[in-house]
Parts: sequence; C-alpha cells; structure tokens
Amino acid sequence: MSAHAHDHVEDHDHGHHHHKETFITKYIFSMDHKMIAKQYLITGLIMGFIGIAMSILFRMQLAWPGQSFPIFEALLGKWAPDGVMDADIYLSLVTIHGTIMVFFVLTAGLSGTFSNLLIPLQIGARDMASGFLNMVSYWLFFLSSAIMISSLFVESGPASAGWTVYPPLSALPMAQSGSGLGMTLWLVSMAIFIASSLLGSLNYIVTVINLRTKGMSMTRLPLTIWAFFVTAIIGVVSFPVLLSAALLLIMDRSFGTSFFLSDIFIQGEVLHYQGGSPVLYEHLFWFLGHPEVYIVLLPALGITSEVMSTNARKPIFGYRAMVTSIIAIAFLSTIVWGHHMFVSGMNPFLGSVFTFTTLLIAIPSAVKAFNYITTLWKGNLQMNPAMLFSIGLVSTFITGGLTGIVLGDSTLDINVHDTYFVVAHFHLVMGISALYGLFAGVYHWFPKMFGRMMNKNLGYVHFWVTAVASYGVFFPMHFVGMAGVPRRYYENTAFPMFDELTNLQVLITVFAIIAALVQLVFVYNFISSIYFGKKATQNPWNSNTLEWTTPVEHIHGNWPGEIPEVHRWAYDYSKTGKSGEYIIAGQDFIPQTEPMGPDEEVLHH
Amino acid sequence: MTVLLSIAVVALVGLAIWQLTKIFQLSQMKSEPTQIANDQDNQNNGYLMFAFLVFIYGLTFFSFYKYGKFLLPAASSEHGAEYDNLMLVSFVIIFLVMAITQVLLHYFAFKYRGKAGQKALYFADNNKLELIWTSIPVVVLTGLILWGLYTWNDIMNPKEGEDPIVIELYAQQFNWTARYAGADNVLGDANVRLIDIDNANILGVDTQDPNAADDIVAKELHIPVGQKVLFKMRSQDVLHSAYMPHFRAQMNCVPGMITEFAFTPTETTAEMRQRPETIEKVKRTNALRAERAAQGIPNNDPWEFDYVLLCNKICGKSHYNMQMKIVVDTPEDYQKWLAEQMTFGASMQKDTTATTEVEAEPTIE
Repeated sequence: MSAHAHDHVEDHDHGHHHHKETFITKYIFSMDHKMIAKQYLITGLIMGFIGIAMSILFRMQLAWPGQSFPIFEALLGKWAPDGVMDADIYLSLVTIHGTIMVFFVLTAGLSGTFSNLLIPLQIGARDMASGFLNMVSYWLFFLSSAIMISSLFVESGPASAGWTVYPPLSALPMAQSGSGLGMTLWLVSMAIFIASSLLGSLNYIVTVINLRTKGMSMTRLPLTIWAFFVTAIIGVVSFPVLLSAALLLIMDRSFGTSFFLSDIFIQGEVLHYQGGSPVLYEHLFWFLGHPEVYIVLLPALGITSEVMSTNARKPIFGYRAMVTSIIAIAFLSTIVWGHHMFVSGMNPFLGSVFTFTTLLIAIPSAVKAFNYITTLWKGNLQMNPAMLFSIGLVSTFITGGLTGIVLGDSTLDINVHDTYFVVAHFHLVMGISALYGLFAGVYHWFPKMFGRMMNKNLGYVHFWVTAVASYGVFFPMHFVGMAGVPRRYYENTAFPMFDELTNLQVLITVFAIIAALVQLVFVYNFISSIYFGKKATQNPWNSNTLEWTTPVEHIHGNWPGEIPEVHRWAYDYSKTGKSGEYIIAGQDFIPQTEPMGPDEEVLHH
Repeated sequence: MTVLLSIAVVALVGLAIWQLTKIFQLSQMKSEPTQIANDQDNQNNGYLMFAFLVFIYGLTFFSFYKYGKFLLPAASSEHGAEYDNLMLVSFVIIFLVMAITQVLLHYFAFKYRGKAGQKALYFADNNKLELIWTSIPVVVLTGLILWGLYTWNDIMNPKEGEDPIVIELYAQQFNWTARYAGADNVLGDANVRLIDIDNANILGVDTQDPNAADDIVAKELHIPVGQKVLFKMRSQDVLHSAYMPHFRAQMNCVPGMITEFAFTPTETTAEMRQRPETIEKVKRTNALRAERAAQGIPNNDPWEFDYVLLCNKICGKSHYNMQMKIVVDTPEDYQKWLAEQMTFGASMQKDTTATTEVEAEPTIE
C-alpha cells in the first residue's frame, strides 16, 4: 500500500480537476490522511459537544438538587419526570460524560486528528504507511461513536456504573437499570473503539519508523512526532488489556462465567457466581486506564512544544530532555496503575510499590514543565491564540499535576480517594490540559487543514473566558473534596455536614455554564472560518517544520514535486551567526529544508 | 431566585464577551486583518497574562478565606494526626512549587511578549539547569515517599501485641450493618449462601459455628474511644467503600473477599461536639437549614454533629444516601450499649418461636 507508487500519477492531475475522485472517495471513504484527520476532528468535536452538554446537566442537578428545570424534561424525557432529574440518569450522564470525553474526544479527537494530520506532513511522507487501514480505523471509530450515542436511547437507559464500569455493578442488570442493554452497547462500542485505536496506532508507529524523509533522523523529529509515536506505542501495549477486560466482562454478563464475580446475593436470591474477583477487573482496567491518561496528555504536550517554540521564536529548551521525559513517562505510566486501587483491598505492600513508581513519574513531568517555562524566557512571544492555549496548558498541567503528589501517596489517598478532590485533580491535569492542547492544535494547524485562518479575536475571547472559568470550576472543587464529599453522589442533601457547601456548588456550576457557553464562540469561529476565513499563506506562523512547505491547497501525496530533504532539526528559531545577525538575513527562522551554512555552528543533535 | 440570578450572570458574561471582542477589534484598527498576532495583540495578551496571575492568586486566597472552614476538622483517630501532618507538609510543598512556577510562567509570558525587532535568545540546552531541576524533585519526592510509606505501613499493618476489637462492616445496596465479634472477639463464619431472610439471618452467618453465637448485629456503629478497632468488610452485592472521613479511614467492600482497615478513635462524639470548630460548623449549618425549613423544604430539622460512615464507591441508584451513624463512646458507655444488644445466638433462638425482628428494624435513612 505504498503511497509512493502512485505519487507521480497524482502529480499530473492534482489541482482543480479531480476527475478520478468522487464525492464518496474524497469526503467519506477517503484514504488521504489529511481528510481522515478532519473527519476525526469533526467527529471528536461533535462528541465533545455532547459530552460537555451532559456535564452541564449534572452540574445543574448538583447546584440545585431536586429542582425542576424545563430543559431536563426536554432533553431527558421520561428520566426527568416533571423536570426533576432521576438518580439513575444522573449516574448515566456522569458515566457517558466520562467515557465520551476520555475516549472519544481526548483520545480519538486529539490524537486521531493530529497524528493523522502531522505524522506524514512533518516527517516528509506522502501518506500513512497504510491508507486503507487508516480509513478503516476512522470508520470503526465512527461506528463506535454511533453505538455509544445509540445507547442513550435504549429503554432501560445507558450505562451508569461510572466510566470505569466496575463489576459487579456493571455486570448485573438487577443491580441498576443501566447495566442492561445500555451496558452491553457500552462494551460493544468500546471493543470497536479499541480495534480502531489499535489500527490507528500501529499505522502511526510503522509510518514514523519507515517513512521518514531523507535526513529526518529520529533526533531531528519535531517533538509532536515523538509524542504521537510514543503515545501510539503506549496504546498498543495497553489497549489490548482493556479489550480483554471488556471481553471477560461480556462473558460474565452474558455467558455465566465468573471472572469478576463471586458470592453475590441480590434482590432476594443467591447468584451462582463463584471464585472471581472484581479486583482483577480493576487491575485490568487500570492497566489501560492509567496509561490512557498519558495517551490523552502526551499528544497535547507534543503540540504545546511545537506551538510554544514557534511562537516564542526560540528553540524548545532541552530537546533531548523532552524526548527522554516522554519516553520515561511512557515507561512509568505502565507500572503505576495500582495507585487507583490503594483502598481496593489489594495487598498493602503493592500500595507501597505503586506509591514509589507513581511519585517517580512526577520527575519527568516536572522536567517538562520547567523546560516549557525556560522556553518562554527571553523569547519574542507571539501571542497567537494557539500560544495562549499552550501557556494555559502549562499552567493547568502544573496546578493539576501537583495535587497528584497527594493522590499518588497511598497514605494521603485514603481520605481523598473517590472524592471531589480526585475530580478536580484529573480534570485539571488531563481534561483541561488536553483540551487546551486540542485547541492549540486546532488554532495552529487550521490554516493547514482548511487553507484559511481562524479569527484571532474570537480566539482570544475563547481562551481568556475558558481559562478563567475552568479555574473557577476546578480550583474551588478541591475544597469540596477536602470537605469529604464523595464523587458520583446524585445530591449531597442526605448529609447535613455537606449543607454549607451548596453555595460553592452553585459557584462551580455557574462557572461551568460560562465555560460551556464560550465554547460556542469557538464553534462559530471554527465553522465560519472554514468558509469565510481569511485565506492562509503557505507558512503563516513562520514555522520551520515540513508541513508548511506543502501547498495551501491539499493535494494527494502532499508535495507536488520531490519530497523535501531535511538538513537540520525543527527548532532553529532566532539562530544567529558569529556576527550576531540571523543566519538567513532578516528572517528569524530556518526551515528544516535549509542546508547548514558553511560556517554555521552545529548546535542541534 | 438562584436560577434567575444565574441567567443574569450568564447574560452579563455574554455581554462581556461581545465587548471584549470589540475591544480587541478596536485595538487593531490600524493594522490589516492577517489573523496573526501583531505587536498590539502581544501587548494586550501579555498584560492579560499578568492579570491572570493575579486572578489565580486572588481565587486561591478567596477560596481559602471563604471555603477554608469547610475542610474536614482535625482527625479523630490516632493515625489521623500523622496523616494530617503529612497532608500539611505536602500542601506546603505544593503551594511553594505552584507559587514559583506560575509566577515565572505568567511573568515570562508578560515580560517577553513579542515586539517588532526584539531578538529571542537562541538557548537550546543547558545540562546544569536540567540537572538542577531533575535533582530537586528527586530529593523532595524521596522524602515524601519515605514518609508516606512509613505511615502507610503503620496504618495497614497491625502491630504485634495489639488486641483490636473486631467488628464486621457489612455492605449492601443501600445500607450498612455492623456485626460485633462478641465476648470471644472472633467473628462467626459467614457466607451469602447462608442468608436466610425468613429467619432474620440477614448477614449469612453460619449458625453451626460456635464463634457465631455471641456475635452482635447492629444498625448503628458504636466504638470505644482509645481502643483499636479492626474492621472486616464484606459486601453482598456490588462494590461499596466504607469511608469514615473524620477518622481518615477508607476501604472498599468487595463481594467474595474480606477487606480490613483498623484505627483507634481518639475523641468521643460528645467531645467532638464540644470542639469550637464543630460548634461553629453546626451553627452555620443549622442557620442554613432553618432558612430552608422556613421555605417549606422538608428534611431540614436542626442538625447535631455525628460521625458518619458513607459509601464512597458508586453502587447504584441510592449510592448518595448509603450511610450509617458512628458513635464514639467512652469505654464504659460502649460496654453498657453492647450489653443492651441481643446476641446473634439469642436472636436465632427467639426467631424459632417469634417472628423476625432484626429484619424489621428500620434502616437508617
């Protein structure tokens, strides 16, 4: 399936007469990585819209418990009799919100979009190693999204056992109504999603290893590619384990096996299950679940590295340390899963081991944060919206990451485990940070994707309101957790000790509504810019990487002529010669395709 | 009212967004719309970065001032004191690092905002710097890890010679039951397959086991102050988690296995109620409850402080209301209370003649 085989044919008929491409092959069953990237992005954004809307519904219930809202009745129907949200649907909303945001938006929407778009463009390849598998990967993702959405409409309600779907709650339809058909659909959807993710990841890995252009050694790769590459490896290592957990759970549910179930008495009768353990499921789930955090986060950090360096007009500080950190994080991420299970009933000795590995992972994370800050130092910062989101990412990554010190410590975890402290922590460190990475990527590569520029003023408004509101949501939330409020409670009115927190919940919800509404500014900007945005120039951000050497109009095979050769790393911004002048007079960047000058000092690797 | 207020806030924010866009636009009147940041944008956003720093710290101080008092009171258990210390030290470190990094990040963003003709420094690498900021976290984290592990071992591994009171915590959708080991301090064997609702054997205790006869089943958890209590947790249906926040204690209840957690309570319920912070909290809470009761909202009777056991692992529809009252007694009161309870053996015998009683006991809402 080599893209090289037909690139010369393509050279002749690109441009305005796509007589070989029909609407279907161009826009629907496309094998072009750039189109697939757009498909991922738009599907991901639609899923994000649904996921965020759900969060607003349950935030309203938390702020004004048991109150009637017409919008509940309109959207939830029989699950909100007289406009009062039902406790079952509350749990469903929480569950599907988590599932959609983690997997469908931040895994597929973020990594799927930008891995597809940037890997071939930045390493100098005509397309992915297998365009066909790439297309299959997207359509499996689409199918799994459709199944997940369809589960919202089944009679017994969608899955509602939390996004981690721990058995026995998720295994027994008599334990809650959401564990009926809704849970079956959830599991089927996830199994397909995993297949999609694996196909995508294998493709990314093969492409990065095999299809780099001449001169593009591994140490000259932009950090985006390093991040996508390592992310794909973690995905291949850990997603199959989630698949096995899902399959075993399907067997327990439908075929009477006892992998995760034992000694259960429910609704007046003893069930036959014997000898399984829910703790086994927790191990399998978190063996994916924790690396998943980095599957979500690393691409965002990769995007940030690239965007920040370009807009700071400075090389990223400590390229080798950044690569080492990415690899260290990837390795450590596979051996820290037990920190989700300190109080699960597993052997306390394991708790000690996982505390140790978990706090180790703070070291490469800290190195990355310091390197970002140093990259800003003495820069010439161009405050484009993408740059703002990148700086915002570093801020939330630090704030959210630091509380990980508390949660990763088995002792301290005891009392904050499964409280709102956890919710605040992971939303800042992986939710908001990864979303900022996604937005940074969209603002930065929009000209590459759609050939037009996004409106910067709307971008500024989008960033600043989002930044203020998301801190407004998640900073006070730590206090809710430290007051001992458990997560996944439909309302907190059953405990007088939480009464005085109600006003705080209202504050959080108001900030959440503001944050959600301002995303509409982004939606408007995104859609209107596709059609009416200012036409982009070839290299609007004066960037060094290869994708900006391709024509603005997309062509199959990316470059009209030869694939460019690479002579230097991606970060020669503001490099000066001995005289103190820029190497290329009057230009503060040196594209990777530029050969090294005769007396130029070799500073890259 | 709150709804109206919120709608007003949202509307005002919408207005603010519109105005902000206008301001950004006006400030760019002179330049052509390239949609790429120019010096004016860099300037504006640089200042906003600085303002954002002020916002973050403002929010922090505001939250501490306004919500600091909501945090859980100092621990009422022996290991809890050590827990609180470790938490405090961790937070000091967190806020220190946070203060330094956020200031640098936003200050640099402000200070080095782009200007035409400004030359960025080509600064790609510095091993000394990398070494410094790798080793500082290493040292700090090593300290925290060691302290944490030491405390963790202390909490999770009961020491030799301690003879804790054994109590079973039994979880089911959506309530808790306690079973005391009785005079022999050994729990009788139990399994869900032995549950016999008709004969009031709701916990599936093995009637043949001689250790079971003196067990005591209760719907309220009484524990004596100053004595170590070892909880053995069971669940009959799905995962639950026994969360006792005031004691810094939590352990999941897993069907098919018995999990454990032990702690020593250090303050009786009566003493806790006398703590000034508790009195303050009860006063604040009851003011709110009185307000709501006046509006005719039910279940807003005045509250008296009690320790509480919450379910903290999603377990189904009424997860949010799965709780049990915990009473920490003086040893004398505890013995007195215990003596008043009926043993499992006695209740079984009684049931052979009379109808069920334990089952009929109201569950705590």
